[in-house]
Amino acid sequence: MNRTFLARNPSVLIFLAVLALFTIAVTVMSEGFGMGIISTSFVKTLGKTLTLALIAVAMDLVWGYAGILSLGHFAFFGLGGYMIGMWLMYERTRQIVVDSLASSPIPPTDQEVVDAIGTQIFGVVGSSEFPPVWAFADSLTIQLILVVAVPGLLALIFGWLAFRSRVTGVYLSILTQAMTLALSLYLFQNDSGLRGNNGLSGLQNIPHLDHVPQSVLSVWFFWASALALALGYVFAAWIVSGKFGSVIRGIRDNEARVRFLGYSVEGYKLFLFTVTAMIAGIAGALYYPQAGIVNPAEIAPIASIYLAVWVAIGGRGRLYGAVIGAVFVSLVSTYFTGGQAPDINLGFYTISWVDWWTILLGLSFVGVTLFAPKGIGGLFDLWTGRRTPDRHGADLGPDMGSLREKEAEE
Amino acid sequence: MLKRFFLVLLAMLLLATQAFAQSEPGPMQTVLQAHAEVIAESSRRTIGPAIDAVAGSGLPQAQAVLEAWQAKDMWQRQSDGWFFRAEQIDASTYRLIDFDSGDAIGEADKGDLTQLKPNAGVRGLLGTALVQFQLLDPDPARRADALTSLERSANADLLAPLRASIDPEADAALKARKERLERLLTISYDPDEAARIAAIEEMAGDLGVDVRAALNPLVATTLRVYAGEVPGGINVARVLRPGSEALPRDTAYAMLAEAGLAPPRVTEGDVRAALAAHIDAGNVGGVPVAELSDPARRVGAYTALAAGGLVPAYRTEAEISAALDAHRFAQIYAEPSPAVTGAAEAALTRISTKVGLNQALDLGLDALSLGSIYFLAAIGLAITFGVMGVINMAHGEFIMMGAYTGYVVQQLIPNHTASIAVAIPLAFAVTFAAGVAMERLVIRWLYNRPLETLLATFGISIALQQLFKNIFGTQARPLTSPDWLGGAWVLNDVVSISYIRIAIFVLAMLFLALFLFIMKRTRLGLETRAVTQNPGMAGAMGINPGRVNMLTFGLGSGIAGIAGVAIGLFAKVTSELGQDYIVQSFMTVVVGGVGNIWGTLLGAGLIGGLQKGIEWLNPSNTLAAQTYMIIFIIVFIQFRPRGIIALKGRAAGD
Repeated sequence: MNRTFLARNPSVLIFLAVLALFTIAVTVMSEGFGMGIISTSFVKTLGKTLTLALIAVAMDLVWGYAGILSLGHFAFFGLGGYMIGMWLMYERTRQIVVDSLASSPIPPTDQEVVDAIGTQIFGVVGSSEFPPVWAFADSLTIQLILVVAVPGLLALIFGWLAFRSRVTGVYLSILTQAMTLALSLYLFQNDSGLRGNNGLSGLQNIPHLDHVPQSVLSVWFFWASALALALGYVFAAWIVSGKFGSVIRGIRDNEARVRFLGYSVEGYKLFLFTVTAMIAGIAGALYYPQAGIVNPAEIAPIASIYLAVWVAIGGRGRLYGAVIGAVFVSLVSTYFTGGQAPDINLGFYTISWVDWWTILLGLSFVGVTLFAPKGIGGLFDLWTGRRTPDRHGADLGPDMGSLREKEAEE
Repeated sequence: MLKRFFLVLLAMLLLATQAFAQSEPGPMQTVLQAHAEVIAESSRRTIGPAIDAVAGSGLPQAQAVLEAWQAKDMWQRQSDGWFFRAEQIDASTYRLIDFDSGDAIGEADKGDLTQLKPNAGVRGLLGTALVQFQLLDPDPARRADALTSLERSANADLLAPLRASIDPEADAALKARKERLERLLTISYDPDEAARIAAIEEMAGDLGVDVRAALNPLVATTLRVYAGEVPGGINVARVLRPGSEALPRDTAYAMLAEAGLAPPRVTEGDVRAALAAHIDAGNVGGVPVAELSDPARRVGAYTALAAGGLVPAYRTEAEISAALDAHRFAQIYAEPSPAVTGAAEAALTRISTKVGLNQALDLGLDALSLGSIYFLAAIGLAITFGVMGVINMAHGEFIMMGAYTGYVVQQLIPNHTASIAVAIPLAFAVTFAAGVAMERLVIRWLYNRPLETLLATFGISIALQQLFKNIFGTQARPLTSPDWLGGAWVLNDVVSISYIRIAIFVLAMLFLALFLFIMKRTRLGLETRAVTQNPGMAGAMGINPGRVNMLTFGLGSGIAGIAGVAIGLFAKVTSELGQDYIVQSFMTVVVGGVGNIWGTLLGAGLIGGLQKGIEWLNPSNTLAAQTYMIIFIIVFIQFRPRGIIALKGRAAGD
């Protein structure tokens, strides 16, 4: 127990080193800062991928370590995006409105400016009034606090309701999925106050940074994403390495036993659920300015399930597994669905990857679940020679896919 | 000899009449000639007596005349001014037909004739005059047509002919229609107040839209403003006070301003325009332009301008109050008689109470139908998830496969009834096979890892969805229901339910019976229950758990396929069809209580009823209804975590 945190977690150092190298490499090759080998849009894709890796780390915490298969974390991700998007859109529109009103003979009052912004933003949903949820949209500080506060609060309320009535396992998964569906349906309405299915758009234009070209801006966001991922990774590693980590792993493997040992299982789960929701919110707040638009379709339950797919393919119960899964699957998906992959001509039928990639993904997911429950992370076990003890056919525990560090080392 | 001579003379006379047209006008021609000038003038204002004379002549040919006239088939011969019906033979020659005899009396050149071209107004009068004939027409179809046109465009003049036509009516259905229409026209047009009130009271309990359409104009009001008290002799509905909810102060004052009873209020836009118009060397009213972004400075600048007499002064609150106090705002009925409007208001209140009750009934039927759709979608899950405990995220895709099976069968068998009859067992077979394959290949390896079952079946779900999208494209495919399922069962103008929804309800009940039969009365059901409770012990008793699981899973999937055919009949068949139902289906099973079919039934009823109830509170927004329903379910799970009907004891498993 006297060993330092990093000594106990060598993977953290390796991960940080790889991430730093990757960041430097991308910066050097970017259009904004270096040779211009990588296009601006691809830098954005990489930056987005890093934020997806961050939410995958959060997902790994709740699922891989605590055994809560949450199908709602992408809702928190989307909410984070909405929160930052409100400020971006408000401030940007304010600039435009002030510029256009500057030419009028009488200088506008503050109220006139706000009214004009309202007309600009809510014209698409047939309204011009600012709904109450936009009350703090003019303040970057408050919206940045809301980026973590809103997902955190939602997760706290939902988690409290769910955990105290001891909804567990697949029931909890379905309940979180229902929450996600409810939220996305709510946001789809025009009178939700967040522009209905139009969502918030034009987020790639950062207010007051008009003079900075997108090529530079994209690298800045890439750095921010990399930094957030690094911090999030270290934080997650710190959480799971101490006693807290042992307790949540215990909850995953046998919740009743941990409860009988006197731990407040609900408290631990609620804390973890809320903290990961906040991390998801931060990831979303970094993702959507790079994507440029956030709309309710992003929050649909299927997105959260894809998140679970990434973590499962990467390998649960190991943080680097989540990162690898998210980066690998999302980049490969981008490659195949972007139409860059060459079609395969079978003579009688041409396989177009845009159409067939989803099928391949779905089937490979079934394959991973059946034949390689440890995912890509399992390859590292082969490499480091870590083997699971032979229990003569009996399961290691209820959740075979997750890595059990303590038990797995013979 | 003499007799013969007379005969020849008579024949010659007849020939002469044929040749020189009738020298003696027939009775109808006499009537027409009496009004020849008016008819030729053809003006809406003066034509009345002529039409009345024709219609009231009592001659059997009156209807034919009016119809010819209305159809612009009546011509006037210029030589003697007589009227004929004319048929065109070729470009310039017309055959003349006499109204009285109905015989062709010869041909005439177009140049010798003048066509009577009644304008729309005259044609309307002719139509009104014709109604009394059409209402008494021997052909029931024409009488029905006349009634329909009467229902569409009623007016006061038609009331008398309609009343006259009721007694001779032989057809009972037409007679009932005529009587109903007579009541409605009485409400709207009868000059006698007592008769109108009697008719209103008689129709007060009626739910028909036409009754409300007849009553609503009677209680229509316009908002008027009067200086001082409201004058007498006006049928006042109510006097409104400015500042009340029905009449906000701003609206009231705007009315005053519009009526010229008070100077208009100075709006912010006016201030802005006025300020912009009076900029003087960078200053407005002594205030620098740059400072005008402050609202207080703007008021100062405007007041200064007003003091200089350059712009109208602000209206102060006191002035506005005084102006409002000096006037009365009242809603005035268009209908002058208070007795009639009072009766109409009372009748409408009674009708709206009754409509409300019927709407509740209609809502109940809607909820029942939605509940049975959810039940149908969820019943397969009640087997795979409820009984076996397998989370099958691809359940929705099985529903979708069933719907596509129905679509494909319909392409091969054009007869809709036959195709549905084939599609239902075929859909069962297809999804049963798919379910069995999935159970054998994937699910049986994951029975003790439920979370991973969820993910693996999700993988299958997205693969199947994309596969069907690749095969059938993204556009919706139609699955048409047979004709005998089209239409709706209409109880009255408020309550109705389409036959297809009734069919789905019946199908849901059939499935419930089937499920109960299989689970409680067959060997498979017994074995299924044994295997799900304790697979090891069941195996020791000689049951093959693998086979039972396979068959049970196939059964649940097969039922999903049949549900897909039913759902496809009213929803568009797309590859995302199942996705729309999957969360609701799981909710239905969870809310109802896992492992109990009655719970699933209650859950479906609860969710369907709840959704319709919320939709009724906020009809414009079905998305909100779904949102609130899910939130309700999340809260509901707090109080009954194991659903409405919770299994107790050993059957509960853990």
